Amino acid sequence: MSEPLLDVAGLRVSFGTSLAAVRGVSLQVMRGETHCVVGESGCGKSVSALAIMNLLARRASRTADRLSFEGRDLLTMTDGAMSQLRGDRMAMIFQEPMTSLNPAYTVGSQMTEVLTRHRSVSRRAARDRAAELLARVGITAPGLRLAQFPHQLSGGLRQRVMIAMALMCDPQLLIADEPTTALDVTVQAQILRLLASLQRELGLAILLITHDLGIVARVASRVSVMYAGQIVEAASTAALFTAPKHPYTRGLLACVPVPGKVRRDQPLGMIRGVVPKIEPGFAGCAFRERCDYAMPECASEVPLQVAAAGHDYLCRLPADWGTRV
Amino acid sequence: MTAQPPYGGGSVPAIEVRNVRRVFHQRGKLLGPAREVIAVDDVSLSIPAGSVLGIVGESGCGKSTLARLILGLLPPSGGDVLVDGRRLAEMDRRQRARLIQPVFQDPFASLNPRHTIGDIVALPLMAQGRLPRDRIATEVNEMLARVGLIADVAGRLPHELSGGQRQRVAIARALILRPRIVICDEPTSSLDVSVQAQILNLLADLRRDLSLTYLFISHNLAVVEHVATDVAVMYLGRIVEQAPTDMLFHQPQHPYTRALLASVLTPEPGLGVPEVGLGDSMPDPANIPTGCRFHPRCPMAIQRCRSEAPIPRQGKRAMVECLLAEAPS
Repeated sequence: MSEPLLDVAGLRVSFGTSLAAVRGVSLQVMRGETHCVVGESGCGKSVSALAIMNLLARRASRTADRLSFEGRDLLTMTDGAMSQLRGDRMAMIFQEPMTSLNPAYTVGSQMTEVLTRHRSVSRRAARDRAAELLARVGITAPGLRLAQFPHQLSGGLRQRVMIAMALMCDPQLLIADEPTTALDVTVQAQILRLLASLQRELGLAILLITHDLGIVARVASRVSVMYAGQIVEAASTAALFTAPKHPYTRGLLACVPVPGKVRRDQPLGMIRGVVPKIEPGFAGCAFRERCDYAMPECASEVPLQVAAAGHDYLCRLPADWGTRV
Repeated sequence: MTAQPPYGGGSVPAIEVRNVRRVFHQRGKLLGPAREVIAVDDVSLSIPAGSVLGIVGESGCGKSTLARLILGLLPPSGGDVLVDGRRLAEMDRRQRARLIQPVFQDPFASLNPRHTIGDIVALPLMAQGRLPRDRIATEVNEMLARVGLIADVAGRLPHELSGGQRQRVAIARALILRPRIVICDEPTSSLDVSVQAQILNLLADLRRDLSLTYLFISHNLAVVEHVATDVAVMYLGRIVEQAPTDMLFHQPQHPYTRALLASVLTPEPGLGVPEVGLGDSMPDPANIPTGCRFHPRCPMAIQRCRSEAPIPRQGKRAMVECLLAEAPS
């Protein structure tokens, strides 16, 4: 098997002594694949992405057993080298493009800055590259858009600009944090199709962070399900949706309304209770208070079990639970 | 034009909207002329008591403006809203509050951060001025229990609660006056999917137990499919299709409805992301196209659609507004 492009093992992030946001996350992103991290708000999925990019707030502390990208160790890399890498070999796009675009500069000047910062190219050449990429992400009249300010664009156009900007230096990895959450469903479908076609053409690897299982099913090749700072299940997309193992994954899938699946007079599936507050030193399964299958042992160590090749889950239940009569 | 309500049933509809229009005047750019934004353009609909009408459409289509018109929070520029057979314009605020109540998207923005949960839920009763204080406290506690909150929540402040708990508080406040109708405007859009399921199930229980009628606005078609008995699709201020939920989901007539349905990403692996086929031009309510207002994005548009505005084709249970669609059954 080839080397993973991004290799994360035992990633931990805590904020002070009161909050353990990420508790030992391990995942690998292969070249050209889309890996989705899915979970509900506060599960640590965005913090994990920021930790990989070394973009966490100063009061956060990050440790990991391994954090490498293209075979280079990101843990020992200097801040200067890391900021050379960001925007060049690895790029990131966020949920609300309006807050990540500078309102005081034109689209053109923000896009060209990315290239002139990382490469020794003329402004003219950078501008041509920007126009070419705007056209590539489906923006008509790129010359006009380059001269416009972010507020003059619709939400869908702004997200296309963010994607084009992320591609300026031809990155290997794109980390996309809820890139379509603020958009209408029709525009969401267009943006996701765009990402998929860019991936095919450029061989781009995408780490996509989302709360939406519908998006996961449609775009991911691999999925990591996060709950309370841990990956509780990781599998190929087909395996996760056809044979989910963790009770949390099963609960989440039952919560999603799907047209024609649940009769109108029947209730949707539910996960009772709320996510517990996780302080450093928390032991056992974080889902046990909400789980219908919890056992006393769940308060101590939880084993990581293998359901099939490439399908792991963090739970005591045997791999064939729920399928036996 | 007087549009017939789609139901010919005998009893008085819970809500009847007759040719309602709402225009906003937007200040022009520096030297440009002022702009007229037609947010709701001659909309008629009727919601039978006990049913749930879902309203779907993209942002800016006028669905929230329509909700505010029906709540009486915004006066219409033309037309009439009837609630329980009576003209909204002739009721005072207290009468209106006893009949119809809202639940909004973001419970944090709609709950006063300095008031305790008990005070927030009690406020509508206090404003009515009909009950003594001790009775109000009993009613509040009963209602908090009814929406699945424990009694000691009453002494807490909104920021001490989770998003799901806050939405339960908003529901308790909406129901404390025992209204007949609840307008739910994106009630679960800011919630996580597991909490969304809890709130949707709660709303379904309450509707059954308290015989409520809902107008349910959402951009999430899968949610609407689960809760609504009928669905209206809005585009640039008009209802372009309305039908019983199963009919709309199985035999959509309007090309816009079909595009919206195509864009629903169900959690089924292997299907990929569909081509929605709407093109890139975004609708602008300040600049409504001539002819059919959907024609610039319509994959089926013909020359006629550019010049001729479609009139609603009315069936017995459904309506569609498209030159190319058959009249519904």
